[in-house]
Amino acid sequence: MVRLITHNMLACHVKNCTKDNFPLAFSEVELVIRPAPENLDFIQRFLPKLDWSALVDTARSLGDETLPEQMPEQWSEDQLKALHHVLMEMHVEEGNMTCRGCGHVYPISNGIPNMLLAEHEVGR
Amino acid sequence: MSISLPTPHIAHLTEDDYEHIYEPAEDSFILLDALEIDAQLIRNEKPTMCVEIGSGSGIASTFLSQLIGPDSGLVLSIDINRYACEATQKTAQANQITLNPILCNLLGPLTERLQQSKIDILLFNPPYVPTDMLELTDTQELKDIGGAWAGGNDGMVITDVILDQLPELLSPTGKMYLVTVDQNKPLEIIERMQAKGLICKEIIKRRAGRELLSVLRISRTAY
Repeated sequence: MVRLITHNMLACHVKNCTKDNFPLAFSEVELVIRPAPENLDFIQRFLPKLDWSALVDTARSLGDETLPEQMPEQWSEDQLKALHHVLMEMHVEEGNMTCRGCGHVYPISNGIPNMLLAEHEVGR
Repeated sequence: MSISLPTPHIAHLTEDDYEHIYEPAEDSFILLDALEIDAQLIRNEKPTMCVEIGSGSGIASTFLSQLIGPDSGLVLSIDINRYACEATQKTAQANQITLNPILCNLLGPLTERLQQSKIDILLFNPPYVPTDMLELTDTQELKDIGGAWAGGNDGMVITDVILDQLPELLSPTGKMYLVTVDQNKPLEIIERMQAKGLICKEIIKRRAGRELLSVLRISRTAY
């Protein structure tokens, strides 16, 4: 499955596509919520790896409005729980991820994102 | 003090699966043994961003996830072979953990986000068998089981792509575990990595049939 924690690490990698290539925009998604054991210590340690505004925009595009616009400097337990839910429990099983720069579509099927490119699209 | 970890369950994978994906063999197990040697070190550093390139059956990603604690780190499992992505998914389920298979070539779509020194643990059991270049390009193109071993000149063509990127990928405590055979000239790899300012050490070595296997640990800091 593609959870939002994974989606936050994926950028379009078509040759010469460097503008608006992240984050990829979800469409036609089948979203499944699966409860996951909470490890708020992990969530907190993972913060430096996240692109916050990409995460907030993506969560909102999937109907979750719980994350604040700016990353909090001091986290409350409730805020960390909301972040845990967004990162670890929202699973996109089917759908598309589209590059806002070049329009390339990366399909997700059976929970596996297909990020392969055709030979002529590969940069290096 | 050494930590002993159970080998992941893979009995759900069948002969049919092994038509398309690499069946765990000595080179897979030496990677698990290397992780076991470093288990305490890895746990102490609490890695959060872990990546395996070429996850195949998913046995190494599963082992790593269990080592760090299934809810304590993100494990991204990449493979160029769709069957391998599906097998990795199944192996995760059979072992009651969560892995995140991604169908792509090497780090592809992850490069941009991970190259700002984000990777804490990188596993790579690469296609390391020396072959001619035609066999390498053909097998990578087919995206099936042959891509698991055909490695081109010195068996290093695919590995070199990642080694060249490594200084930008590893976090301050980041470590890569790389499976090699004798023909890959591990001593030359060690020198090359040191020239890039990284520490490279052979942490386990053994003969398996015709292959002299080892695992190199490449890191920013010495241990």
